Amino acid sequence: MARTGFKHIGIYIVSLGAALVLVWLSFFIGVKDIRFADLWSDGDKLSVFLISRVPRTLSLVLTGAGLSIAGFIMQQLSQNRFVAPSTAGTLQAAKMGILFSVILIPGATLLNKMLFSMAFTLSASILFMFMIRHIRFRSATFIPLVGILFGNILEAISTFFAYKNNIVQNTQQWLLGDFSSVIQGQYEAVYLILPVVFLGYLYADRFTIAGMGESFAKNLGLSYGAIVGLGLISVSLVVSAIVVSVGAIPFVGLIVPNIVSMLFGDNLRRTLPITAMAGAILLLACDIIGRLIVFPYEIPIGVMIGMLGGIIFLFIILRRSK
Amino acid sequence: MRQKYLIPSMVFLLLVVATLFVFYNTGKNLDFVLPRRLIRLATMLVVGISVAYSSIIFQTITNNRILTPAIMGYESIFILFQTILVFFYGDRTFQAITQEENFFYAVVLMMGFSVFMYVLIFGKAKRNIYQLLLVGVVLGALFQTLGQFIQIVIDPNEFSIVQNFMFVSFTKMNTQLLLIASITLLVSLVYVHRYLKYLDVISLGRDIAVNLGLDYEKLIRKFMLVIAVLVSVSTALVGPITFLGILVANLTYELCVTKKHRLVVVCCSLLSCLFLVVGQFLVEHVFNFSTNVTIVINFVGGLYFMYLIFNSRKRI
Amino acid sequence: MIRFEHIVKRYGQKTVLDGVSAVIPTGKITSLIGPNGAGKSTLLSIMCRLLKQEEGKVFLNDRELNEYGNKELAKKLSILKQSNNLDLKLTVRDLVSFGRFPYSNGRMKQEDWQKVEEAMAFCEITDLQDTYIDELSGGQRQRAFISMTMAQDTDYLLLDEPLNNLDMKHSVQVMKMLRRLVDELGKTVVIVIHEINFAAQYSDHIIAMKEGAICYDDDAGQVIQGHVLEDIFEMPFEIIERNNKKICNYFNL
Repeated sequence: MARTGFKHIGIYIVSLGAALVLVWLSFFIGVKDIRFADLWSDGDKLSVFLISRVPRTLSLVLTGAGLSIAGFIMQQLSQNRFVAPSTAGTLQAAKMGILFSVILIPGATLLNKMLFSMAFTLSASILFMFMIRHIRFRSATFIPLVGILFGNILEAISTFFAYKNNIVQNTQQWLLGDFSSVIQGQYEAVYLILPVVFLGYLYADRFTIAGMGESFAKNLGLSYGAIVGLGLISVSLVVSAIVVSVGAIPFVGLIVPNIVSMLFGDNLRRTLPITAMAGAILLLACDIIGRLIVFPYEIPIGVMIGMLGGIIFLFIILRRSK
Repeated sequence: MRQKYLIPSMVFLLLVVATLFVFYNTGKNLDFVLPRRLIRLATMLVVGISVAYSSIIFQTITNNRILTPAIMGYESIFILFQTILVFFYGDRTFQAITQEENFFYAVVLMMGFSVFMYVLIFGKAKRNIYQLLLVGVVLGALFQTLGQFIQIVIDPNEFSIVQNFMFVSFTKMNTQLLLIASITLLVSLVYVHRYLKYLDVISLGRDIAVNLGLDYEKLIRKFMLVIAVLVSVSTALVGPITFLGILVANLTYELCVTKKHRLVVVCCSLLSCLFLVVGQFLVEHVFNFSTNVTIVINFVGGLYFMYLIFNSRKRI
Repeated sequence: MIRFEHIVKRYGQKTVLDGVSAVIPTGKITSLIGPNGAGKSTLLSIMCRLLKQEEGKVFLNDRELNEYGNKELAKKLSILKQSNNLDLKLTVRDLVSFGRFPYSNGRMKQEDWQKVEEAMAFCEITDLQDTYIDELSGGQRQRAFISMTMAQDTDYLLLDEPLNNLDMKHSVQVMKMLRRLVDELGKTVVIVIHEINFAAQYSDHIIAMKEGAICYDDDAGQVIQGHVLEDIFEMPFEIIERNNKKICNYFNL
């Protein structure tokens, strides 16, 4: 740790700087023209700033960091680079949870949705872990395919009920992340990500060790089951908080950890802050670009990330095969 | 003994179910109901056979029982194409482009997609088939995101037009379209028939197939092309039915002791048609159209998929 | 001292271990040999608590294995199995430093790094310390993993087929290293091994297993005899003695 410390401090500073610049841009780009000086002179602009811009920016940062860390934890626990919320049925499970809360509880509150979504994602993650234990053929590209099929099953079940209740279009909306509607009072669930980020940092080594396999973890005196359980709970918390408050965001949990690992290796404790910041940077950048290209309209971030992330992921798959 | 009667008894069963489907509770408007039901029946047979052939061939060349070509991006391309049409033409879509043209372009697009992926994967470096799939899935996700975006932008009334494409509507079939699809299917079946015997060897794996003197890469290319056509046909006709292929292919392996692919595909086709006809019958007469057959089959097929994974006696 | 008594292990209907008992002598290399399916790896896994036995007890220093806490045991006994995830981009140094986890809980102190340095030096991988493990050759990787278990600083080292997939040169390297662990540092090493000549050359003690039971448990010299090996493996053996070394020939007999 001492040997590579300086190099990493440099990277921390650079990525933190980039993140701060983007936060600043995100604060002051939008339909309503707000400048820094206005915040003190113009009460109207100040309240728009506080009600809309700040929540939006904060939730972007937290979502980016949370999804990247969730992806990293999932990849360690499943010992597979291509496993992430979008390739293990996690997003679909969160969506299914919201769907059932809406069907079962008329006028479901945000808390209802959150709890349902959390319960569904957790069960789906556990089920997925059991599934990959049952698969003997553990090729790097096969496991995510199984995960995607699993997601399709959950989707099929959701669709069955959504169609009956005539809310198919609504469910489409939940799956497409969008920060434009994030305002004060509706996004606070994303703060649940904070403790997970903190816990992720504290338990970084344990997740890496669990990633080396069950016997490896037991040899070092760790309770493998407890680490896996903790990891899955963290992942479900992050994913359901995000899906409930801003909708599903694909690929972030998949590509950010892969890129960071390619550049800086896999020692989680060292790279975790970089991963978290890279996720935040990616989301901020995509959101800002989405706000600018069809100004004054917006392209939802789900689409921006869907396109960009998809292309990057293709690159990663093709690159790894060499 | 049992094997000898398997195919004849399935044919018989299908005939019974088909007859029931056509004549059950026709009421007085026989002239109105009968032609429509016959068209629906024919559509289901075309789709059933396409799905059966594509799944069996695909699972054999990938040496895997729980995958289906339908998870690749075909459906997203199809839905994206329909979404874009609706986006541009709104409720005038049906005047702007005939269903035949629509079908034709959709099939061409999906085949183009297959060729593109094939070049991408098998072009320079040798990559494995799972990568091909994963790339297909990711491209599919890309198209899907774009489709979702447009779906949110267009207004809810027009969305219902797209929604019609997303779920099977055996109900309003066009005879012209069905004819084109049937001819496409027939040509593909005739073409692929003489290659089916090679599947018996290919199922042993690439190395053994090459050792036994097959031109493996060339055969795989041919099979992939046929799969692309078949998947396109069934998707364009009735939309995505992801899990039907997995469901019927695996049930076929259970029922059918022989590993001769010429027989396996026949058996699987019969089974797949049976599922569709029975499913549609239930949807029409038990659920009163409150759901539709794709959704039901994906539901059942999905659960069966889970069973396959957890049934650890099976090699997966 | 590791001692186990009447260990029974079943997988479903099949009895893999049928009431085996033995004592692993301290400060020696003990090899577990025997035909495929004899239960060697299962026994090794039970000895270190990776698997639970149906009946019987395992004692470490006269205290039952179950009475140790996870961390406590990880400081006394380490196990190296084959199935490690090699897809991770960890440097050798990172990997070896995980061996200190039972002591440091992730907060490495000066003395922890000291142990890591020593372990790497002992296994002669100091030059490779900044290389990612997925870039190492088979022999280097095996030494890196052994180095990690060394950094764990346990009295007992259990290795499951450490020579798997290694060529002769690297196999010899690994075995010499284990020998030094015992001779210079006084550790106790238990290995499951297939190549009978490696067992004959490098181990002090041999436990031979067959069909879920122990059939011989003796000094290496006593087990490496023609009629004994013929009994274990059910094929003819010829023992060639040269320079006081016994070489087992089982070809063309």
